[in-house]
Amino acid sequence: MATTTEFRTCPDTGLLFHKPAEKLMKANAVVAVVFLLVGGILGLLVGLTRWPAVHLLGDSDFYLTLTAHGINVLIFWIIFFEIAVLYFTSSTLLKCRLATPRMAWLGFALMLIGAVANNIAVFQGNSSVMFTSYVPMPADPLFYLSLILFAVGALIGCFVFLGTLVVARAERTYEGSIPLVTFGALTAAIIAIFTIASGAIILIPTFLWSVGLISNVDPIMYRVIWWAFGHSSQQINVAAMVAVWYAVAAVGFGAKPLSEKVSRAAFLLYILFLQLASAHHILVDPGISSTWKIFNTSYAMYLAVLASMIHGLTVPGSIEAAQRKRGFNKGLFEWLRKAPWGNPAFSGVFLSLIIFGFLGGISGVVMGTEQINLIIHNTIYVPGHFHATVAAGTTLAFMALTYWLVPVLFRRDLIMAGLAKWQPYIFGIGMSGVALFMMGAGTLGVPRRHWDIAFSGGAMTHDFPTTAYTLLGLMGVSVVLAVIGGGLFVLIIVSSLLFGKRKSMTQKSAESLIVEPVTSYQGVGIGKMVAPGTFVLALVFLTAFVLYYFVNWKYLSETWGIS
Amino acid sequence: MSTLAPPSERLWWKEPIEKVEILWIAIALSWGIVMFIMMPYWHVVGKQNLSNEAYKTTPEAFQKKAQAMVDKYTVRTEGERQFPVVRPPAGSDIYMVARLWDWWPIFELENGKSYRLHLSSMDWQHGFSLQPANINLQVLPGYEMVVTITPNKAGEYSVVCNEYCGIGHHKMVGKIYVKE
Repeated sequence: MATTTEFRTCPDTGLLFHKPAEKLMKANAVVAVVFLLVGGILGLLVGLTRWPAVHLLGDSDFYLTLTAHGINVLIFWIIFFEIAVLYFTSSTLLKCRLATPRMAWLGFALMLIGAVANNIAVFQGNSSVMFTSYVPMPADPLFYLSLILFAVGALIGCFVFLGTLVVARAERTYEGSIPLVTFGALTAAIIAIFTIASGAIILIPTFLWSVGLISNVDPIMYRVIWWAFGHSSQQINVAAMVAVWYAVAAVGFGAKPLSEKVSRAAFLLYILFLQLASAHHILVDPGISSTWKIFNTSYAMYLAVLASMIHGLTVPGSIEAAQRKRGFNKGLFEWLRKAPWGNPAFSGVFLSLIIFGFLGGISGVVMGTEQINLIIHNTIYVPGHFHATVAAGTTLAFMALTYWLVPVLFRRDLIMAGLAKWQPYIFGIGMSGVALFMMGAGTLGVPRRHWDIAFSGGAMTHDFPTTAYTLLGLMGVSVVLAVIGGGLFVLIIVSSLLFGKRKSMTQKSAESLIVEPVTSYQGVGIGKMVAPGTFVLALVFLTAFVLYYFVNWKYLSETWGIS
Repeated sequence: MSTLAPPSERLWWKEPIEKVEILWIAIALSWGIVMFIMMPYWHVVGKQNLSNEAYKTTPEAFQKKAQAMVDKYTVRTEGERQFPVVRPPAGSDIYMVARLWDWWPIFELENGKSYRLHLSSMDWQHGFSLQPANINLQVLPGYEMVVTITPNKAGEYSVVCNEYCGIGHHKMVGKIYVKE
């Protein structure tokens, strides 16, 4: 058993922090924000190049920058932050010492070395192979090796998390089952282990190929296994993001889940049915049968989509029920009108939920439909989709949690709190614009990862409709807005960590940092429904989903016959 | 208790489910099943479905077949690089080569007629993106994909590369002309 001097109790939230774990959380979270900053600046350069009127970078710089942008935000920012979330949800929520802090530091060091080395490989200029590094286009061996190092580090982090769960159970630091948020993090960790294993299975032979020890890596095999890494890593984000939604609903509203069973079952569906997400990436590849594609993208009933739709109802539903319990029980939407819209932790999560669902979720299911993929594959629609899910959904949720972590974990007052109120809206609206306008341009056939859709200098050219140029221009404006929002986040957080007033480690703050939990939802709602407002919103979502789904079948039916 | 602490009810799996949850799960699951059925349904009634036909090949073997077709059916050449324009008979097998950074050759097809289009890459991965019809296919080296295409409108179509393939990627454009 660890000694009590290794722990501190947060005077505001009552959370018990294991000091070695706390240091690791801080280190991972801070490094994550640094990579967000780097990736965000690179994203600005990419956006300003794809904005036809600006067309900032030259061709080779553009492809280099795009490669670095993808890896820095999609892997380094997200995974460093997720490791911090894993340590928080295991050590802190279970009031338990972190298993093997030394191994955790080793993992952190490997991740950091991998991340820095990967950037070095890319910026040296001979690894502009994009995030996906499809064979047989070669990158520098260091490119693959650095990713493998990073992956091993992240894997160590996952095992430290699992080890902590084991320690907590053995030392009986909690009663009964693990908290729902920890359960969500466990889901993320399990998917992460599968993901990282897939990454290793394909990147190790690719590394050996790049140094000449293997003669050939089959491109289809690469695509199937690489995407079991590339897409599943986004499922880690989904699981972690949903866990953060539940966490913010708890700290901001004292919300308990509508029912533990449903929310946990939905996480379980993620583990069971997200795994062959790579199928969505090979819908128009040669040599893969329709039966395989149909089954593996849907498992006959879209159970992973079902899981996200459940969380999409239960998170705002529990917020609604908790608000109603506190007296905002009038009509359908009083609970929402009276929500703390000026609190960036809440507004960040709410925007994350809406944008993830309406823009990211619907577009993802539509383009993952076997035949509809024909009119979307590799167009700029695809990055439109994942900017809605990862850049707006996951990133906004993590930003929201960070606003809460600054006083609780770092014990600093937030400075520029007035600006922080606006930050989630600026970033959220900007990123929604990025996603929507990219999807619009993609519907018109504009390719992704393309330096110049005017094809200047080419032997043959193609004229995209002027609407496509307009949409890319609007995307460029949105990129600027999103980068301002992201920049404000980094500015507010970094300056708060450096210059924010130190909070007492023992005295309670004037303002409340956690809301007293609601214990029962008895007697709230309308009729027998505890969350009627959320249900209405869910029906609006469903209507949008159904309409958009069939509109795309109509688009498909209008093109050439293919059989 | 909140989501940050263990469930207050130790036997949480025996707690009743909220009504709003059951209703929503039923709706969402039904919608999932509808979306699943749409895919096999489209294979029966839809006109846009990928075939499962594909072969292992080599760049040399594929290039040879494409060259034989070009030698037989070229009607003229275009541009400074003397790109062959091929007018194959309706219903025939046509071969399009993807390479750094061309789609070769140019085709002249008849509207409403079907052709068996074979696609393969000579080097890296490429993306066949037919514009403005907006049909997008992945083209891999070592694999030959066969799709039967039926143009439904006359005009000039471009084949844009939409899989990043190096520094000349943004200049990789081919043509398909569809005549009445």
